[in-house]
Amino acid sequence: MTRLIDRRMGIFLTGLFILTVALPIGNLWMEGKPVPSYAVSLMGKYLCYALLAVALDLVWGYCGILSLGHGAFFALGGYAMGMHLMREIGTRGSYANATLPDFMVFLGWQELPWFWHGFDMFWFAALMAMVVPGLLAFVFGWFAFRSRVTGVYLSIITQALTYALMLAFFRNEMGFGGNNGLTDFKDILGFPLQSDRTRVGLMVASALALAGGLLLARWVTRSRLGQVLVCVRDAESRTRFLGYRVEHYKLFIFTLSAMMAGVAGALYTPQVGIINPGEFSPANSIEIVIWVALGGRGTLVGAALGAILVAFAKTLLTGWMPEFWLFALGALFILVTIALPKGALGAIEGGLGRLRPRSTTATKEARA
Amino acid sequence: MSRPQLLLDGVSRSFDGFKAINNLSIVVEKGELRAVIGPNGAGKTTMMDIITGKTRPDSGKVMWDQKVDLTRMDEADTARLGIGRKFQKPTVFETHSVEDNLRLSLKGGRSVWDTLLHRRTRAEDARVAELLDLIRLSDARNRPAADLSHGQKQWLEIGMLLAQDPQLLLVDEPAAGMTDAETMWTAELLKSIAGERSVIVVEHDMNFVRELGCKVTVLHQGSVLAEGSLAHVSAMPEVVEVYLGR
Ligand SMILES: Nc1ncnc2c1ncn2[C@@H]1O[C@H](COP(=O)(O)OP(=O)(O)OP(=O)(O)O)[C@@H](O)[C@H]1O
Ligand SMILES: [Mg+2]
Repeated sequence: MTRLIDRRMGIFLTGLFILTVALPIGNLWMEGKPVPSYAVSLMGKYLCYALLAVALDLVWGYCGILSLGHGAFFALGGYAMGMHLMREIGTRGSYANATLPDFMVFLGWQELPWFWHGFDMFWFAALMAMVVPGLLAFVFGWFAFRSRVTGVYLSIITQALTYALMLAFFRNEMGFGGNNGLTDFKDILGFPLQSDRTRVGLMVASALALAGGLLLARWVTRSRLGQVLVCVRDAESRTRFLGYRVEHYKLFIFTLSAMMAGVAGALYTPQVGIINPGEFSPANSIEIVIWVALGGRGTLVGAALGAILVAFAKTLLTGWMPEFWLFALGALFILVTIALPKGALGAIEGGLGRLRPRSTTATKEARA
Repeated sequence: MSRPQLLLDGVSRSFDGFKAINNLSIVVEKGELRAVIGPNGAGKTTMMDIITGKTRPDSGKVMWDQKVDLTRMDEADTARLGIGRKFQKPTVFETHSVEDNLRLSLKGGRSVWDTLLHRRTRAEDARVAELLDLIRLSDARNRPAADLSHGQKQWLEIGMLLAQDPQLLLVDEPAAGMTDAETMWTAELLKSIAGERSVIVVEHDMNFVRELGCKVTVLHQGSVLAEGSLAHVSAMPEVVEVYLGR
C-alpha cells in the first residue's frame, strides 16, 4: 500500500507550512510590515479555492464525475457562514435591529424566517456549511446516479443545478439578501474582521483546512474504496459486474466532496467580506474544472496547486488588463489540454522522471 | 438426476420491434461446460445480458438454482449471487496493476464501508498469487493492466472472474485475438474450471469449441436452432445452412 504522505504530498504540505508561518510573521511581527494585510487575505482566499479544487478532483479525477456545478456547494457553505456573520452584526447594523439583518428590515419583514434560526450560533452555522451542501449533493446524486445519468448529461444537469440556485438566490423573497447577497460583516467569534490578527487567523485556518482536506482525500483515494472509484472511472460496467454498487460509491464521494466544498466556502466568506449569488454562476464552476485540469487531474496536490496558480494569475491579470483575463484562461486551458494532458504536476514529475534514469546510469558509470 | 444451475424458459426480448431473443429456452446443469455458437447477431451476447440482469426480458423465466428469479436483479445482484461474466471486448481496469485487478475482484465485502476500511490479509495474498500463477501472469503482476497484450487481458479477465469465486461463468469470446497456442491453452483452462463451476462459453472459433469437447447450443435469430455434440450439430443441414448462408 502506498503511504499517506507520499513525496508530492510531503513537498506540498511543507511549502504550505512555510507559507503559513512566514506570512503571519511578515505581517504581524516584522518591522515595516513586508507582508501587507491584503496579501494575507488574498492567500487565504487562494487556499479556499485550493480546497475546493481538491474536492472537485475527488469526484472528477478519481471517479470520473465531471461536475460543472461544484461552485454551488462552495456558495452554499459560504452562505451558511455569511448568515452567521449577518446575525453577529446585531444592533451595529444601519437599522440597529438586534435580530433582523438590515436587508430584512429594508424589505419590511417583521420576523426572522424559520431557516435563519440557529445561525446566531457559530457551531450551528459551521455544521450547516457542511450539512446543507452534503444533503443537496446526496439528494441530487441519489436521483442522478440511480437512474445512471453519466457523462455529458450529468455535467449538464450539475450546471443546471448551480444556475437554478443562482436565479433563486437573486430573488429577494428567498431571504438571502437578493443580488446584494450578505455583506457588511463586523466580526467572527468576537474578533473584528478588519483586524490583521483576525485575517491571519482565518488564513491559517484555511491552510489547516486545506491540509486536512488533502490528507482526508488522500486517505480515501489510496484505500480500497479509492481503487474502486478509479474502476468506476475507467470501466463502470466491469465494476458493476464484479458486484460493486456503483451508484453507492458515486453517492459517497459526491457527498463527501460537496461537504469539503462547503467548508471551503465557509472559510472564504469572512475573508472576502461578502457572499452573493454571483458565486453560483456557471462560469465559476467551470473555472474550478480548469484549475483541476491545469494542475493535474487525479493528483489532489496538483489540483490545489492549479487553483492557487490560476487564482494568482487572475489577480495579476485582472489588475493589469481585466478584459484580457478570460481569453488568457481559455488559451491556457487549450494549451494545457493539448500539450500537458496530465496537467502541470504530471508534466513536472514526468520531466523529473526522465532526468532520473539518466543520472543513475551516470552515477553507475562514474562508479565503474 | 438433473440439477439445473440456470434455466431460461421461453425468454423473449426485442429492441425497437426487432426480436433479438425469441422464445429462448436453455438449461445448464451444475458443473456443466456449455458452448454457445451462432452467427453474428444471433443473440449470444444479449442472452448473457439477460442472465446477468443488464437487460430485462419482455417475457419468459430466468431461474437460478431453481429458486431465484434473475429477471428482478441487476448486474451487481447477479454478481453477488455467483455469476461472473467476461465481456466480448476484454475489459480490465487499465490503470490498476494486474495484481490489483485481481484483488479488487476477490470475493468479499463490496459495500462502501467494507472497501473504505479494508485491510489486506494473508489469505488474500495467497489467493492472488495462486490466480496469477493460473493465468500465467505472475511476471506481470506489478505492471498496469493497460500494458498487457490482447490475449493476456483475456486471461486477466478470466482470472478476475475466478477471483469472484462464482458458480457460473459466462465467457464471451475468450479466444478472440489469441494465437493458436494461446487458444488451445485457454480451452484447457476453461475445461479445468468446469466441474466445480458451471461455464457457458460463446465462441466463433470452431477449433476452440472442438477442443472444449462439450455440449453445444446453436443460436440463430434469438432462439435455439440445435443442441448436442459438435459433431452432431455440425452435421445438421439447418445449421450448415445458417453458417454458409450468411
Ligand atoms: N441494447 C440494444 N439495443 C438495440 N439492439 C440491440 C441491443 N443489444 C443487442 N441488440 C441487437 O440484438 C441483436 C443480437 O445482438 P448480440 O450482440 O446478442 O449478438 P451476438 O450473437 O452476440 O453477435 P456477435 O457474434 O456479433 O457478438 C443484434 O442485431 C443487435 O444489434
Ligand atoms: Mg456477441
